[in-house]
Amino acid sequence: MSAAEEVVAEGHEAVEAVPKRAMTLGTGTSLLVLLLLIAVPLFAKNFVIFQLTQLLYLGLAVLALNILTGGSGQFSLGQSAFYGIGAYVTAVMMEQFNVPYFLCLPVAAVVCFGAGFLFGQPALRLSGVYLALATFALATAMPQLLKLNFLEKWTGGVQGLVVTKPDAPFGLPMSQDMWLYYFTLVVVIAIYIFSVNLLRSRSGRAFMAIRDNEIAASAMGVNVALYKTLAFGVSAAITGIAGGLSAIAVQFVAPDSFTITLAIQLFLGMVVGGVGWLPGSIVGAAFIIFVPNIAEGISKGLSGAVFGVLLFAVIYLVPHGARQIAILGQQLAGKLRKN
Amino acid sequence: MTQAQLAQGTSPLLAVRDVSVVFGGIVALNGVSFDMHKGQILGLIGPNGAGKTTLFNCLSRLYQPSSGDILMEGTSILKRSPHRIAEIGIGRTFQNVALFPNLSVMDNVRVGAHSKTSSDIISDSLRLAWVRRSEASVNKKVHEILGYLKLEEVAHNVVSGLPFGTQKRVELARALAADPKILLLDEPAGGLNHEEVYVLGDLIRRIRDERNMTVLLVEHHMGLVMSIADHVVALNFGKKLAEGTPAQVQVDPDVIKAYLGSKDQ
Repeated sequence: MSAAEEVVAEGHEAVEAVPKRAMTLGTGTSLLVLLLLIAVPLFAKNFVIFQLTQLLYLGLAVLALNILTGGSGQFSLGQSAFYGIGAYVTAVMMEQFNVPYFLCLPVAAVVCFGAGFLFGQPALRLSGVYLALATFALATAMPQLLKLNFLEKWTGGVQGLVVTKPDAPFGLPMSQDMWLYYFTLVVVIAIYIFSVNLLRSRSGRAFMAIRDNEIAASAMGVNVALYKTLAFGVSAAITGIAGGLSAIAVQFVAPDSFTITLAIQLFLGMVVGGVGWLPGSIVGAAFIIFVPNIAEGISKGLSGAVFGVLLFAVIYLVPHGARQIAILGQQLAGKLRKN
Repeated sequence: MTQAQLAQGTSPLLAVRDVSVVFGGIVALNGVSFDMHKGQILGLIGPNGAGKTTLFNCLSRLYQPSSGDILMEGTSILKRSPHRIAEIGIGRTFQNVALFPNLSVMDNVRVGAHSKTSSDIISDSLRLAWVRRSEASVNKKVHEILGYLKLEEVAHNVVSGLPFGTQKRVELARALAADPKILLLDEPAGGLNHEEVYVLGDLIRRIRDERNMTVLLVEHHMGLVMSIADHVVALNFGKKLAEGTPAQVQVDPDVIKAYLGSKDQ
């Protein structure tokens, strides 16, 4: 076989290898990432651990959007609303009703599932840009809804609500930040696994069938309306858990933390991570957390502009986001193995 | 009574009764009736705009007839929503291939089995034992169909990159995954070359014989219809023009006139 033929054959292999595990990383890579996530906090300062916790729960929120957009093909600029509901449900339960933090998260998930499922009903008649606009309206309304007077005795109104950071249980010798990191890590990994299962199941295939062709999906017996609203519900539930985790980690909720800016950041994270590629969610979250800091380091006065340039560079160089880099890496690894 | 099935006196599997469809002021279908019997290959022919696709879309519940009824095994299907047609045993393919382009061949065919299985998002997320069993049986079925239609080699390929002829076979595989009683094929020969049409005709007949299906074939390709159909219904301007065996319909003066525009052949 000549060198040229070999390249062609390899390229062909790489193309075929992608769809098989298009949604996830290989077992080896997954374990490596997991090991890193477990080990790094042991050698980090509390502030860095806090940032890593932030990375995890924002990654979770990006993953939720990825299920909605990458899975079922529906756009949302309203994720900040569900994130806010989740954060507030958690904060109010913890502070006003003294419910343990780990019990607040399932409640936040259920409440947000309901909110997402209900919002999915009117959204059924909309698609593409129009759906994005409707969800935009939801994001705009949410901070004001949280400030409503009659909710004030629970929510604290404009002032917001301070949340107590939980201690490590069973007298474990670790800081609050570190305990919260590992707690978040367990929650995030569990949800990641459930999400991968879901997208690979009958329900997940129904989501993706709707994304690709609604009429054909319907002819195959897929209840398009049901699965579209379910996708909204699932996405909202996971976003709600992310919001709940953020409330615990930040120790504070206020209406203006959950504006459209947050929704746009999550959307950005999804695009940078690669739409429909779940592991990319964490890369997307890293982008929205760390790149603004890098931009500020380059120029304090023009940090926004620098951020814009960096974003532009990413979109121009790797339009499919982190997924594209992963595929390149896979091809490279394949080549190295052959030599 | 020219039909063997009619002679046996069995009740029809699918009955189209006096169906009319009106769009605004345009009558797309005007009182069309015919029966389909078990094991038949029924060819529905007619020039462009004759109402073939309209009728087809009534059967798959994308259009609601203005009057008339469609009975599947004696029960009206007109109260069912489109996604509940697959579960009573009506499967279809589309005129211009409507696959799920970003999914693999296997996943496309798996979606075809959607109406035959059940699940919920919680059980799916947790991959409970019954979900795994159900998935295993779906996979077995999918592999059997992929083997039957010689699609095993491309099983893991994403559909959008496959040649058109292969995509048409994937669509057929997807329809077969639900084990339909009736297979509705909307212009399956469209875009195929002479050789491929011949192979397709053979395949449709094999599917009918080996998988006990009844086939409604909406087709432009006269050669294909005349060679494999047991019974032919000809439409023109929304009305039934003629009905009978291919030989009968072929020599029907009205049909000849509709196709050639004059009385001489």
